[in-house]
Amino acid sequence: MSQLNKTIPVRSSWRRERSLPRFELLGKIMQKKKAKYSFFMMLAIIVIGIIGPWIAPHDPTKTYYEAFMQGPSKEFWLGTDAIGRDILSRLLYGTRVTLTVAVMASAMTFVAGTFIGVTSAYLGGIFDNVMMRIMDVLLALPGIVLALAIVAALGPSQENAMIAIGIASIPGFSILVRGAALTIKGAGYVEASRSIGSSNWWIIMNQLIPNISNILIVYTTMFIGSAILGTSALGFIGLGAQPPTPEWGTMLSEGKDYLREAWWLATFPGLAITIVVFTVYMLGDALRDIFDPKS
Amino acid sequence: MVINLLLMNQENVWVRGSEYAHVKMIKHEVQKRKRRWERSGGEGLMKQYIFKRLVSGIIVLFGLSVFTFMLIHFIPGDPVRIMLGQRATVEQIEMLREELGLNKPLVVQYVNYASGVVKGDLGTSLKTGRPVSTEIAERFPATAKMAVASLGVAIVVGVGLGVLAARFKDTFLDGLIMTFSTFGMALPGFWLGLLMILVFSVYLGWFPIAGGTGFMDIVMPAFTLGTLMATALCRLTRAGMVEVLSNDYIRTARAKGMGERIVLLRHAFRNVMIPIVAVIGLEFAGLLGGAVIVEQVFNWPGIGTLAIQAISSRDFPMIQGTTLFIGAIYVFVVILIDVLYAILDPRIDYTVKREGA
Repeated sequence: MSQLNKTIPVRSSWRRERSLPRFELLGKIMQKKKAKYSFFMMLAIIVIGIIGPWIAPHDPTKTYYEAFMQGPSKEFWLGTDAIGRDILSRLLYGTRVTLTVAVMASAMTFVAGTFIGVTSAYLGGIFDNVMMRIMDVLLALPGIVLALAIVAALGPSQENAMIAIGIASIPGFSILVRGAALTIKGAGYVEASRSIGSSNWWIIMNQLIPNISNILIVYTTMFIGSAILGTSALGFIGLGAQPPTPEWGTMLSEGKDYLREAWWLATFPGLAITIVVFTVYMLGDALRDIFDPKS
Repeated sequence: MVINLLLMNQENVWVRGSEYAHVKMIKHEVQKRKRRWERSGGEGLMKQYIFKRLVSGIIVLFGLSVFTFMLIHFIPGDPVRIMLGQRATVEQIEMLREELGLNKPLVVQYVNYASGVVKGDLGTSLKTGRPVSTEIAERFPATAKMAVASLGVAIVVGVGLGVLAARFKDTFLDGLIMTFSTFGMALPGFWLGLLMILVFSVYLGWFPIAGGTGFMDIVMPAFTLGTLMATALCRLTRAGMVEVLSNDYIRTARAKGMGERIVLLRHAFRNVMIPIVAVIGLEFAGLLGGAVIVEQVFNWPGIGTLAIQAISSRDFPMIQGTTLFIGAIYVFVVILIDVLYAILDPRIDYTVKREGA
């Protein structure tokens, strides 16, 4: 089918118009202050996620019997928790846990949400109607309640929290994707390739998805941010990663019981979550400005 | 409400996922109704719209009941064994299976479940042995109280800051407010709650830590929840105000020498109220189902804590009941808002009268 398309004169118009060639995106990011800073912040967080275990000063699960609930000191920079574990090391290890869970959950949302959104926009009719009704049902529940219900059925664990957050984000994502795909659906080149007999699948894969890829990148970035909030919320309730995994939300829920005695327990993990999510949102915001200079 | 499904719409506003969909839907519906009203002359259209809205609401409620019903069947392994724990005897398991009707065909099970739900029977809690609907009814006043209080905070803070940011657009103040609102979106609700407790209860001792439902107890949770909601409202208000303030009639009003306060509030703000009120309505609808995480932080005896207690004790009838309740109340309130919109939106009436005259 693609052979056929290559022969028609309008070819260049259906080809994905690369608004930003490969390295130009990086160049654009460097031009803007907000984009540049959030990009480097994100890079730093990812690097910490990768090398965290090597730069951590202590073992995250080791109990220091001489140091229960000690405040920040020279040896334990951010203090120790109720059973004498180093908070800084746990935070550094936790970066990897949090990023992995959030990225995996968002990947799931991305694949399923893009598929549902684009197919129901393109096919329309009954399929679209049924799909959107199902999404309406799921949207009647706040994301966290939907995720909780799924975790309740599957049982609490880190993997299940990931699956739950991934599924819970699908309705919102697919509705946004559907909206974006609807604007492309009416384009002349889609009509043209349908008239020469391109299959629906080919049009979806080669025309619809590439042409909304900018929007997909922005939405996925934003969803990574909310996935981090979601997984740490589940961890906080005790339905996410189970102790002794150094997950930030789980650490906060451990610190919740010692607010009177140790302020550092409930402060630093929350700060870590906020900084990472803030960075992700800023990056998403900056990417949207780059892709869509009008707004 | 803690998973901020923060998304953008075309007006460069951040709104949560479902709200985004609904605001768009409302706008779309208003347009559609306007057109049809003009065509038909307005006769019977309202009834038709309300009817349609009710039907779609019933479809969503049906879907919700299927979802909550299926929850028990998503459980990997034997659900009864998981509910009762490993030490349960075979007789106990068989008894509960019989009681829950899990040995019947799936369709029969659903029909039984749905007919119970319609009659208001959501089953019996495995933990307390009391009807689920009674427990939910007992918790609802606390949740409603918190919904009203936090919504009040959200409106005052969010709309106030939004108007302020629009008035001083592109100044330092605007930048500060916008940065704060982005920061507020990245803030996990449970952490904000913990910080509030840490500062205002533990160190300053102004408010009790948790437990009661009196006036002093509600201040901190309401502010936590209100601040989180205010971020979206603030952005929405600012975007709307910026758009309206660039209109000619604002310039005229200012040129006439009208006070800035009157220009802002009477001329500009009234025109951006419609989307703001829509979002506030949706926030309220969501809040009535309970703020799961924030309630948990402050030990607030609402629907949210009930749901989480049920999940930790694997009390499945209660999990199904609370989930269904949270979804159903949202649907009900949203339908109510839409119908009120249909009745109250003065623009439709206005068009008809003018064109009919």
